[in-house]
Amino acid sequence: MTKRLCIHGMAVAGLLASVAVPASAADTITVASWGGTYQEAQTKAFFDPTAKELGITIKQDTTNGLDDVRLQVTGNAVKWDITELGADECARGSKEGLFEKLDYNVIDKSGINPKLVHDDWVGISYTSVVLIYRTDVFGDKGPKTWADFWNVEKFPGRRALSGSQSTETLSVAALAKGIPIDKVYPVDIDGALQSVDKIRGHVDAWWTSGAQAMQLVKDGEVDMASIWNGRAGTLKKEGAPVSFSFDQGVLTADCMVIPKGSKNKDIAMKALAKFVSPDLQANLPLYVDNGPANEKAFETGKIPQDRIKDINSAPENVKKQVLQDPAFWRDTLVEATEKFNNLIQQ
Amino acid sequence: MSIASASLDRARRPDGAINADALAADARREARGLFALLSPGLSLVFAVIIVPIGWLFWLSLFDEAGQLSAANYARFFEQASYIKTFVTTFKVAFFVTGASVLFGYPLAYMLSQLPRRAASICLIFVILPFWTSVLVRTYAWLVILQRKGLVNTWLMDLGVIGQPLPLANNFAGVAIGMTHIMLPFLVLPLYASMKSIDTDCLRAGMNLGASPSATFWQIFLPLSLPGLASGVVIVFVLCLGFFVTPALMGGGKVIMWAMRMEQTTSLYSNWGAGAALGVVLLGVTLALLGFFQWLLGARATGVWSRR
Repeated sequence: MTKRLCIHGMAVAGLLASVAVPASAADTITVASWGGTYQEAQTKAFFDPTAKELGITIKQDTTNGLDDVRLQVTGNAVKWDITELGADECARGSKEGLFEKLDYNVIDKSGINPKLVHDDWVGISYTSVVLIYRTDVFGDKGPKTWADFWNVEKFPGRRALSGSQSTETLSVAALAKGIPIDKVYPVDIDGALQSVDKIRGHVDAWWTSGAQAMQLVKDGEVDMASIWNGRAGTLKKEGAPVSFSFDQGVLTADCMVIPKGSKNKDIAMKALAKFVSPDLQANLPLYVDNGPANEKAFETGKIPQDRIKDINSAPENVKKQVLQDPAFWRDTLVEATEKFNNLIQQ
Repeated sequence: MSIASASLDRARRPDGAINADALAADARREARGLFALLSPGLSLVFAVIIVPIGWLFWLSLFDEAGQLSAANYARFFEQASYIKTFVTTFKVAFFVTGASVLFGYPLAYMLSQLPRRAASICLIFVILPFWTSVLVRTYAWLVILQRKGLVNTWLMDLGVIGQPLPLANNFAGVAIGMTHIMLPFLVLPLYASMKSIDTDCLRAGMNLGASPSATFWQIFLPLSLPGLASGVVIVFVLCLGFFVTPALMGGGKVIMWAMRMEQTTSLYSNWGAGAALGVVLLGVTLALLGFFQWLLGARATGVWSRR
């Protein structure tokens, strides 16, 4: 849902100015993403190489997600040619008819999970929801599974879960009930809500942005939390006493679309084809912890072997995680989220 | 019959009868002229306030399928969290307004009594945080109040408390953060109104034998009420629309109306879902303002007429 607040809520104003591309290019497209370090990584991995190869100018903007696209399309003022969204947003926007059809004669879809290849949207990268705990509190005997996280007797301590990403919290709540990773989807929503009901009295903060999740763990406000792997990785790099793994992670995809009414649809299609190509996809994990959506990226030899084990979408790590199903949430998100809010705001 | 007697009345007043119609026509012409002068302003207000709010209201009447429906409003009753959010919003607003008065009144009073030079220096300390970003101040409070923050670390090191106090990620955190941000909005109008109080009134009271505290309670306080009333209204209304501070300091447990609007707007595909939230908040706020006006306005007028 509202990943934009999350991935990099911190301002991005400077980014727009700093992206200088040769001005000689005749054709210009505008690409919007979440901003912050993630978009900086995308600039180096996708945008700059594509602009150079196609001889075009890629201007950048930042998005708040599906409402922005909806505003532009329904208001007949489309200013983006390509924009990034969360996969469940792509699925919902597709149902609302907000995007242009993609041409898979131009875009090579091989290597991308079929669940992320659709008429009008395609997967671009992965984020994982992982369980993080503080090693200064638990040593290396911290909670390793979501069942551990839910076990307040064995693992006393302060907890945080996402309050804004109901889909992710319901997925981990299903895992906490002991449901095996390949059986989580389709999610039994009422069962997952019962599971949330059990833990909610022990949750000290329901975070609403990635930055907040990171701050809660970093400052010791909580001892364990659900968190995005990029944020968890940053904490570790900064030397915070934390531990996390991809075991029982929830793999959520991001996607890209061409908003309906884009004036440079054809060039956008060619650019998007480049973005999802294995060669450029392999660049992404060199700059950021979000894994490539195209698994052929791992065969390019560009990604160092010792880096592969830390990438959430590497085949070894994918096996340990639940892949969040955008089509499932397309149809259930509204009802599930309202119920979830009623429960955690009691 | 009454019409007949009225015209009879007019006929019996010879001097009025001659000019009445001409005077009335003149007055109407002048009113029209004044209205014409006002019309640019009025059309601006109409275009930038009335039309958008009317549009907002119009949007709120349509469901996700684009059909006229009350679904956006029915949601308040069907989903428990909406009422809860609404109550929380007003609870926070009342609490923060109360706390602002509690801290702001003595502060403004002190400022108004200080010599001019000292007062301007002190005022800088009121205004300086006012110029600082709300986001920055909220994060600063988080650093100060959280479990391993300054307050808890000091109190625990001093042995005052054994367990950290829950000051952040809850109602207390939101209230502290918001009171700090709201204080200048109360202090500045209050200070201005206190400075404009005629000190001769106070001297006269004391001259007539009133003690200093009686002078304060019977003269100064009533005269400062109009300033207090405008400060209270500004603070209260601003509180109702708060987003950043409760989002960061509330730990996801204090959901205010503006946060719910953001959630709802991104959750539903129709603008009406969010628009209905805006309409309800606007309606309730206007009703409350009317109530304040009636309550405080009447009192203030009473004070002035007594003078």
